[in-house]
Amino acid sequence: MFVLIVGCGRVGSAIARAMLAEGHEVSVIDEDPEALALLESGYTDTWEDQGGMFTVGTALEIDALIEAGIERADAFVASTDGDNTNLVIAQIAQRRFNIPRVVVRVLDPARAAWYAEQGLSTVSPTQKAIEMLELAVRENA
Amino acid sequence: MYIVVVGAGKVGWNLARELIGKGNEVTLIESDRARYQVVEEELEHAVHYGDGSELWVLERAGIARADMVIAVTGDDEDNILICQVAREKYGVERVISRCNNPRNLQHFELLGVKPAVSATDLILRLIEHEVPKYGFLHLLDLPQERLEIIEIEVAEGSPAAGSQVQELGLPDGSLVISILRDGTGFVPLADSVIEAGDEVLLVLDTGLEQKIMERFRPPVEVS
Repeated sequence: MFVLIVGCGRVGSAIARAMLAEGHEVSVIDEDPEALALLESGYTDTWEDQGGMFTVGTALEIDALIEAGIERADAFVASTDGDNTNLVIAQIAQRRFNIPRVVVRVLDPARAAWYAEQGLSTVSPTQKAIEMLELAVRENA
Repeated sequence: MYIVVVGAGKVGWNLARELIGKGNEVTLIESDRARYQVVEEELEHAVHYGDGSELWVLERAGIARADMVIAVTGDDEDNILICQVAREKYGVERVISRCNNPRNLQHFELLGVKPAVSATDLILRLIEHEVPKYGFLHLLDLPQERLEIIEIEVAEGSPAAGSQVQELGLPDGSLVISILRDGTGFVPLADSVIEAGDEVLLVLDTGLEQKIMERFRPPVEVS
């Protein structure tokens, strides 16, 4: 599977490393060239030597997305730090590039829920945290 | 009309003031606290503090009863999202968005957010109108239909000067719809003769401009 990940922070870089370790083809985009360090920390080989791709660019730049291989991506992960950016590029990936598997990180549970109803595969870390904390409170009561 | 404007920068603030002056009910939403306080001194309760891409902020502003939503923040993703949510979730019939980076216009279009207004594009359009070296004016663009109407002045010595309309050799997908001469216009026939100094209106498929221009310019002199 070819996986394209937009946004290489803690979340994006961890997914990228896990997918690459499993033997998938992985391409990552981030606007900050320094984000590469997150992919490489703890490894002696560079990200590219390990077989990963890295492109510097912002999420809405079609040229960067194409350079990163969006046209042949099987899966797309939107994991920048902006909910609206993630929701917009995920829809671009889905509607313009017809990527079969698109997942979106959305911190705000309300937007995550509504866009999920519209057919986007949203994941809200905030919602997950709420559920787990609530569970922990009940268990300890 | 009830209008929700998101983003109280120069555009949003002035827009809100004008719309209120024309008798509309307006709520302006601004997410920067300091900016909000400045604007609030003038607009008072008409300005709300909050992130206008958060659903509860839009709901507090009464988006469900809005006749129009205008997204003019400095961030194109925010503007797209606000307009999309306004139309599709809250059923707002009219949305207008600002497009900060003209390269993003394609994304607005893809996600059905229109009209999207780009200041850069507007200024480029004006330059086309004001600077004659481009040789033609865009009178009307229909980007969805991929058609446009342009006006060209017929240069002395150009292939078109002295030719009948049918002899122009225009590419397929273009048509002369009117000739303006001495202050009046007429719809030409195939054998109408075009003169130097005429202004010719054409309808054409987008992208044919250069081919058409060659017929109305004098041949390039080889030095």
